[in-house]
Amino acid sequence: MEPVLTRNVGIDGSQTLGVYQARGGYLALRKALGLTPDALVNLVKASGLRGRGGAGFPTGLKWSFMPKDPTPERPNYLVCNADESEPGTFKDRLLIENDPHMLLEGTLIAAYALRAERAFIYIRGEYAYGAKTLIDALREARAAGYVGRDVLGSGWSCEIVIHRGAGAYICGEETALMDSLEGGRGNPRLKPPFPAAHGVYGRPTTINNVETLCCVPFIVERGADWFKAIGPDEKNTGPKLYCLSGHVRRPGVYEAPMGLPLAELIDGFGGGMLRPGRALKAVIPGGSSTPVLRAEECAGLRMDFDALAKAGSMLGSAGCIVMDEGTDMVAVAERVAHFYAHESCGQCTPCREGTGWIEKVIARIRRGGGRPEDLELLDEIAQGMQGTTICPLADAAAMPCRAFVAKFRDEFEHYIERGRPLAAAASGTGA
Amino acid sequence: MSAEDRRAGNEARPETFGPEFARRADEIVARYPQPRGALMPLLHLAQDERGYVSLDAERWIAERLGLTPAYVHGVTSFYTMYRTAPAGRHLLQLCTTVSCMLRGCDRVREHIEEKLGIEAGETTADGLFTLVCVECLGSCGTGPVLQVDDDFYEDMDLERVDALLDALRRGERPVPGAGPRRAIVE
Repeated sequence: MEPVLTRNVGIDGSQTLGVYQARGGYLALRKALGLTPDALVNLVKASGLRGRGGAGFPTGLKWSFMPKDPTPERPNYLVCNADESEPGTFKDRLLIENDPHMLLEGTLIAAYALRAERAFIYIRGEYAYGAKTLIDALREARAAGYVGRDVLGSGWSCEIVIHRGAGAYICGEETALMDSLEGGRGNPRLKPPFPAAHGVYGRPTTINNVETLCCVPFIVERGADWFKAIGPDEKNTGPKLYCLSGHVRRPGVYEAPMGLPLAELIDGFGGGMLRPGRALKAVIPGGSSTPVLRAEECAGLRMDFDALAKAGSMLGSAGCIVMDEGTDMVAVAERVAHFYAHESCGQCTPCREGTGWIEKVIARIRRGGGRPEDLELLDEIAQGMQGTTICPLADAAAMPCRAFVAKFRDEFEHYIERGRPLAAAASGTGA
Repeated sequence: MSAEDRRAGNEARPETFGPEFARRADEIVARYPQPRGALMPLLHLAQDERGYVSLDAERWIAERLGLTPAYVHGVTSFYTMYRTAPAGRHLLQLCTTVSCMLRGCDRVREHIEEKLGIEAGETTADGLFTLVCVECLGSCGTGPVLQVDDDFYEDMDLERVDALLDALRRGERPVPGAGPRRAIVE
């Protein structure tokens, strides 16, 4: 497949306006400004684009929820969610650092379609280089008339604010992100009201992921049919960035059509297993919150929203983590549990207590103090967390916990009985 | 540093930001529909200026934005990147989350700890390095990753750690980024 989202990656000066324009950049914005906002929303609807942040909600439909009559007192806002923090996921960083103008152009087109005159890009605090790259690009875009008052003489004005987070995974959840953007702790809000009705500063707001917004200029430029033709079916369209990490020879970010066979990602792009002679043991397909799959469940599996849901997991952010047969799955489960315990905002009791409890029980099992009833206890704790909190972080901790125990029960039981890992899983989790 | 030490330290070194800081703060506040929105950027600015967010800095920001110092402190302490006490001259943040774990970050941590004679969470006696373990840095394809101040050093193995720490000790700053092993995208 011809690279689309990554077409400028690796080109000298790809972050600069000059190179971006020389390669056709900002032509889509010019074209978009010649259309009505409603026509743009319909175009994105027709493309079948689904949000690339994890939930896979249809982007055009989300845009259509925004009011069509904003006023200076009650403006519409667009927020770009660049708070990429899901373990296993690093695709947005690649786009931000290598092609910031593509993100700015996508943001501008989306803002125009949403009748918003102010957009915020909320970038995770750790991406200091990414934030600097975006700020430099914004300066260039403003000087060239793409950002600010009366964009390209269209009569429409748009300001973009780059806002840095400060190290809280929960701020990737859209309502926590809004609280954070307003100068608060990142505590998620109950929905409804949904952001399109009551978002940032109580104003109608749409929140889109970086990769989602980067698809938009191409849809405008090349059309909905072109976008739809990439991908296995009507519900899974467009190019997709896949993140590959763990025990593979060539980890990295790879672009391919939506629906890429998992085997092609691991063996083709990834070059197969890192350590010669070791077979695939398990894959976390979509970032650490998505349920782990055993190697035999991966046969013939495609990486798209529906195929992974059918397999009992999720595409999520397409952060594929690969583990070979030397991996101690109890150790990995403990590490995943630690992450969610650390990142719970503490607002809801089932999450605050449950994430820490899961971590403690798995850690006890690993230290050799496991009890036979611990596996049922883990399942019970996880069940008590699912669907009982304001935001999905509790589910993000519960789902992998249940999947690890269910699919690698023999390894947990061995730890409980013998206080050490199964021999086959003891040969080193770290490569 | 205990809360008591921290208060004492602040009394001994009162913070008053100068006019340049105030000018930059005004610029930031103007970007937001409401002044409160500028709280996080102002905390970053204060930390860049002083190396950490002191109680006096929180008071200054609270006054500028019309918030209570307690509210500002509640925000500072929620986020892991705001430090409420000074760190060493170089802050070393090692990612220990799952992808980096699978690529050997535990060995890298042990090596750094041994080399610096400290454990994660501590600062070297000469005040040059503070080492902390952090959650996912978004460098899973080029893990293990060690963030030095604002820069990512990726594909870290023991040799690269040695070269990096030795260079920092000499006052040099090696070029950040991925190792020679591979590019991040192909």
